[in-house]
Amino acid sequence: MAFLEVKGLEAFYGHTQALHGLDFELEEGGITTILGANGAGKTTTLRSICGMVRNNGSITFDGNSLIGKATENIVRLGIAHVPEGRGTFVRITTEENLRLGAYTIKGAKNIADAMDRVYNYFPRLKERRNQQAGTLSGGEQQMLAVGRALMLRPRLMLLDEPSFGLAPLIVKELFEILRSINNDEKVSMLLVEQNATLALNLADHAYLLETGRVVMSGTSEDISSDEAVRQSYLGY
Amino acid sequence: MEYFLQQTLSGLANGAIYACVALAVVMIYQAIDHFNFAQGEMAMFSTFIAWQMMQWGMPFWLVFPVCVVISFAGGVVIERVIFGPIHNAPVLSHVIVFIALFSIFNSLAGFIWEFTIKPFPSPFPEKDVLGTNLIAMHELGMIGITLVMLVMIYLFFRFTPIGLAMRAAAANPVSARLVGISVKWMLSLGWGLAAAIGAVAGMLIAPMVYLEPNMMLGILLYGFAGAVVGGLTSPGGAVAGGFLVGVAENLAGAYVIGSELKLTFALVLIVGVLLLRPAGLFGRVVVNRV
Repeated sequence: MAFLEVKGLEAFYGHTQALHGLDFELEEGGITTILGANGAGKTTTLRSICGMVRNNGSITFDGNSLIGKATENIVRLGIAHVPEGRGTFVRITTEENLRLGAYTIKGAKNIADAMDRVYNYFPRLKERRNQQAGTLSGGEQQMLAVGRALMLRPRLMLLDEPSFGLAPLIVKELFEILRSINNDEKVSMLLVEQNATLALNLADHAYLLETGRVVMSGTSEDISSDEAVRQSYLGY
Repeated sequence: MEYFLQQTLSGLANGAIYACVALAVVMIYQAIDHFNFAQGEMAMFSTFIAWQMMQWGMPFWLVFPVCVVISFAGGVVIERVIFGPIHNAPVLSHVIVFIALFSIFNSLAGFIWEFTIKPFPSPFPEKDVLGTNLIAMHELGMIGITLVMLVMIYLFFRFTPIGLAMRAAAANPVSARLVGISVKWMLSLGWGLAAAIGAVAGMLIAPMVYLEPNMMLGILLYGFAGAVVGGLTSPGGAVAGGFLVGVAENLAGAYVIGSELKLTFALVLIVGVLLLRPAGLFGRVVVNRV
């Protein structure tokens, strides 16, 4: 059985159905990306995994069913969600944000180690450790969001458009760091992106979503070389 | 001069009462973003429970912690049972439930313990402080306990993981859940803490005003005034605001407006601060990047 396995996933906002029976899976240690246009259901897919929207179907993570579980309990299984909009706790400092990320981690030593690791990946956050997090730049807040997720020593990281609203140079830096996190920390990743070129570069597998359904899937190379995908999503 | 000093000190003593209540008000406000109008009645009810335990022969310093624990549990239960289910309801629904709680606690206390006033013993000895009669021992003790409580709250929110988690849950519940915080338990905890602080306030106030179901009515208004003046986002500000309101009210009463308009003074203060400085004197004006 795959590390993360999603079968027949349906999701609803009120009476509106956003996902119509989604199937996909993710191998341990891998990076899988979900591509699609606005409104295809990418964010909803991530939110379903974390129990943040009403849903049906089956989601299994490392043998545990996630359906019907409360968000905070899903997180405790080792799933860290880097949400759309970064989810910064704006009124407290950068370091307090990171400390919150380690809320489920026991032991001062473990927390200090996790903090060191995050500062290692993101030295900029260390410089800003005592600054009110709401005053960080967009790029720094995205780094903080990834750092906060890393603090809980996740086994799976859900990344919702980490490139959104960032300058190209910052995006490049961020994605390099994501790759080394995946390599060094053995964190599997499920990446949602509008920037398909970027996502296919980082990921090993990809799924293409259209209006709440998977319309294509395969390795990143296969998807990148597909004529239709190239024209619609890669733009050349 | 002696008259001025006396009025100021007795204002400080009243201020300690308001500061206690303001502290409880701010605790709830931090957790749920609403004023709890039933706060005073909850404190009054806790005080009656303490009184009852003393009637059964328990000593004050045993009753005190037991009552605080009972009140804490009561606060948690109220949140779990009543406010949990209506968590996403509009503000007005909350207000209605606050008013209902107010009237339930008020009538229930009257039903169980009757509306006649009862003396409530002070835990502090009745003797002059440093040879003067400017301030009573009880008043001094009350100011001391309020400040100790403030320091404990500060330490709790500033330095414990649970305190940080409570702040996070209030500020950004969605993100809080994504780091594994159970937001609903944080809310319950906030109610529990507020109820416990209210109980302390009630037990300290009762020796000064006598115990009866309506004892908190006026005091809650002053407590609100103190919280608004100090800033609803700042426990320290609320305490300072409480003392400030106590002194200002007493001095204004002594020199300017007479005692009839004292309560009006509190309301004018609330309106004035909200008009001129909505964040209060010590409230944090939040800076956001846009």
